[in-house]
Amino acid sequence: MDTVALLIIEVLNGISSLALTCAGLAIIFGMMRVINFAHGEFMMLGGYTTVVATNAGVNIWISMLILSPLVVGIIGILSERLIIRFFYGRMVDTLIATWGLSLLLIGIVTAIFGNYITGVSAPLGNFALGQYQLSVYRLVLIGLVALLFVGIYLVFTRTRLGLIARGTMQNPNQAAALGISPPRVYMVTFGIGAALTGLAGGLLAPISQIIPTVGFTYVAQAFITVITGGTGAVTGTIIASGIFGTVRQLVTYETTPIIGGVVLLIVAVVVLRLLPQGITGKIFRRSL
Amino acid sequence: MKLSRRSVLKGAGAGLGTAFAASLFPQVSKADDEIVIASLFDQSGGLDIYGTPMTMTCELAVEELNAAGGLNGKKIRLIKYDPQSNMQLYAQYAQEAALKEKVDLVHGAITSASREVIRPILSRYKTMLWYSVIYEGGVCDINNFVSGVGAQQWVKPAAEFGFKNRGKKAYYIGADYNAPQIIGKWLEKFSGDLGGTVLQRDHFPLDVTEFGPAIAKIQEAKPDWLATCLVGAAHMGFYRQWAAAGMLNKIPIVSSTFGVGNEHMQLTAEESNGIVSAQPYFQEIELPANKAFVARYHARYGSDAPYLNSVGIGGYLGTMLWAEGVKKAGTHERGPVMDALRSGDIAWDGPAGHMVVDPVTNHVIQDMHVAEVQNQTWNIFKSYSQLYPGDVIDRCDLTKTPDMNAHLEPIL
Amino acid sequence: MKIALNLNSWNTRGLIFVGVLMLALLLGGPEVFDLFVLLKVILFISTAMLALSMAFIWGFGGILCFGQSAFFGLGAYAYAIGVINIGESTVPILLSVLVPAGFAILLGYFIFYGRLSDIYLAVVTLAVTLILYAFIRSTSGEEYVIGSARLMGFNGISSIPVFNWPGFPNSPLWPDDIFYVAMTLLILVYFGFRVLLRSRFGRVVVAIKENETRAEYLGYDVRFYKMITFSIGAGVAGLAGCLFVSFNNFINPDVFALGLAAQIIMWVLIGGVGTLVGPMLGSLALQMLYNWLGTQSFVSFLNTYLVFGAIILFFVLAVPQGLQPTARLLALRFLPFTRSPEEAEEADRARQGAGDD
Repeated sequence: MDTVALLIIEVLNGISSLALTCAGLAIIFGMMRVINFAHGEFMMLGGYTTVVATNAGVNIWISMLILSPLVVGIIGILSERLIIRFFYGRMVDTLIATWGLSLLLIGIVTAIFGNYITGVSAPLGNFALGQYQLSVYRLVLIGLVALLFVGIYLVFTRTRLGLIARGTMQNPNQAAALGISPPRVYMVTFGIGAALTGLAGGLLAPISQIIPTVGFTYVAQAFITVITGGTGAVTGTIIASGIFGTVRQLVTYETTPIIGGVVLLIVAVVVLRLLPQGITGKIFRRSL
Repeated sequence: MKLSRRSVLKGAGAGLGTAFAASLFPQVSKADDEIVIASLFDQSGGLDIYGTPMTMTCELAVEELNAAGGLNGKKIRLIKYDPQSNMQLYAQYAQEAALKEKVDLVHGAITSASREVIRPILSRYKTMLWYSVIYEGGVCDINNFVSGVGAQQWVKPAAEFGFKNRGKKAYYIGADYNAPQIIGKWLEKFSGDLGGTVLQRDHFPLDVTEFGPAIAKIQEAKPDWLATCLVGAAHMGFYRQWAAAGMLNKIPIVSSTFGVGNEHMQLTAEESNGIVSAQPYFQEIELPANKAFVARYHARYGSDAPYLNSVGIGGYLGTMLWAEGVKKAGTHERGPVMDALRSGDIAWDGPAGHMVVDPVTNHVIQDMHVAEVQNQTWNIFKSYSQLYPGDVIDRCDLTKTPDMNAHLEPIL
Repeated sequence: MKIALNLNSWNTRGLIFVGVLMLALLLGGPEVFDLFVLLKVILFISTAMLALSMAFIWGFGGILCFGQSAFFGLGAYAYAIGVINIGESTVPILLSVLVPAGFAILLGYFIFYGRLSDIYLAVVTLAVTLILYAFIRSTSGEEYVIGSARLMGFNGISSIPVFNWPGFPNSPLWPDDIFYVAMTLLILVYFGFRVLLRSRFGRVVVAIKENETRAEYLGYDVRFYKMITFSIGAGVAGLAGCLFVSFNNFINPDVFALGLAAQIIMWVLIGGVGTLVGPMLGSLALQMLYNWLGTQSFVSFLNTYLVFGAIILFFVLAVPQGLQPTARLLALRFLPFTRSPEEAEEADRARQGAGDD
């Protein structure tokens, strides 16, 4: 009985961490169509912000929930103003530019902080589930991620800011004609996407490694998940994370992590073969 | 200042062309009265956490030797290469060091994978190689000297401590490549000798970050202790998640690799207290030579220079051992140095204790220590003196078959 | 297959220029370069060929394959496993072309007959190369063996036998000869692509890239042409992989990783999409940059990543079109003899109209 409960929790863990790593990318790539190769590095910066702040005495929850998104959001806006805004519409040119940015960020962090720093331990302790012991923090994380996505959905569908953002993405000229400044909207939206990515990095900091090159472990899976999700960025990401996270955790539990990873990729390939426009190309077509 | 695209491109093109032309010639011609050695350790990319301290200690060794008058009266010049955790660059730099710069020694490679790339190259072009990292054992090559411990020296103390002091049932988890696989096999062999069992051996690819299912499986199996041979930054996630699940005090960890990536400093005290590791070197070793060395290291590189673990100090140990050979030979030519090193009486006392180069295997007889983490420092509580590198001694005897050139796997 | 060859056309003159340059390199190489540089050049030839394969399928076929590294790696492993088992290198070299090409036909059938395109195609190809990466990395156990060749997992296979004279397994080729072979292959592949592009097949492929729907209306089976293009690119990438192995007798799973997959795209982008020479130069430039950066002490003080990233950013902000198109523009401006009469007129008009650049 407790094994079943354990598996359910493990699956939810897998889905929530995958969805979390994709949240910002869903906005930046899903909505803005900007290929941000520095996505992993934004997460890394979020992690570093949390760790440095917490080790300097700031409360861990403030570091994770407020400081990380703030710092990375600002860095995101700076990147957008200085580099990325020259390449809108040229999907593949943003690829080189953000690749250069990612290397630069890794280099800067290494130069300032060195190759490793002391991390932060997960708060909230642990609890027993039959013969197993699990971390309370991970459970809380599941809830936080769910809230986060609900929040993103509500902001982009129910608020004026969200309406402006979506409208500008769909038709910048029309938006300009209505008195909205598209470059401003892009900047803010990119900033929000970066902030979400920083938040993800911060929330994952207590349970992952904190080194300058940690971004590489996130970037490939994040892109595959978001793109497989399809044109409806947020809904697609949620569904794709759901499928991939479940598959990977279950297979890993039964066999090994290698096979779990491989099966995730195979499922992605099969899904795309069946739904060539991504998941939300066919299902939930008009969703966000 | 407005730069026109044209002028930018002109400048860039000219710069690139000059750089390419320059790269075709040796940076400085090798003078007759100097010895040139090359260090080949990753200082960027994922492996920089090992490569940067190794380069620093290698440089420190060269500076110390030069300050003492050089070797046989000649100064040593160190060329530092950064292969950026990229195998292709390892091969290129090894070739460059051997053919273009014509160095007398390449001190390099961190992972076995990178060593196996450069070992055949340096053997072919007759340039001596020193490998100074703990590894799975088995190199049998007269051109390659190894100051790192092999698996047999490495695993025995951890296995003994685990089975005698923690319990008879062990669960082994390691990274998924050949070194941890071989270490797992040695653990099983020693478990048989000591009357214990290894319940299960699980291996994880180097980029796995989600250890939830793995931790659950370990909890199901209920071992007395957990033997870990995890490597790299991603696997830090395991120790974090293990501690987050409250397992640190329930199932003790005895590790072969913990500490090699300065994990004890990356984890907080609550996440790491009580973990035991067995290594040939800890910065906390109480020898006068070690205390003096650590002081010199921090004087040279600052008080926040990276903590010295058994990998980081390899840069120093290997260089100094090679230097002993050069001193004995009276020259830095490869042939005489090799003979001197293999004479059987190259012994040296350094920060890691007494080290003897063994002519049968080209490896080094040295001490091992078992220590426990408390508050992010190591407390050594047991030492093993002068362990012999006998991993593949059944098939490798370089005194009898000096032409042997292979990386053997132990038959267990 | 009729090929139009007009000696007066400026494109042809450009081709002859490139051809002469490459021949000079071929014949003069071993004279001018010493052993160490020759080995490096063999490596550059291998990456140039890989860049060529990507330039073909992307620049001319319109297929953004994010996993070209998969075919490169498959070719390299095919050669390695083949030569360890067979002992003689001629068949393994063929295998290094056929195995990736065959795999590409299967994958291409899956992709193109499923009407996948653009980024979804890119994702699927990326997934494929990552699957291969994950799989091969985990084969370090003894049970992973093909014939007598162990796959060796993460550590890779080393001491792979070099090429030998066909039919004489005990006569290995010296680096000089390997250089001749590699350079000749590169020349053949480059001109092979040029010929292919001028043929009927090539024209259809380009037409599909320009406007797929129109090509279909005209009656061409778009899926078939794309699949074949994909396969040709894969075969060439596999051959490049085989040459890569000949450079240092070693192969490991890193060839399947995201790093190389991204780099191949960079080579083509930096060199100029839609050209063949550009990506070769792009790969050369980046390889040299990587190489050079690791030997400079000031860089390790600052950190290789930082310097490399800064250089890339600087480059992309200053020269967004890529090396070859920009170089060509510059040549047109400053070297009058490279211009055709029409281009000369246009250049004059541009100069008067635009003032200074």
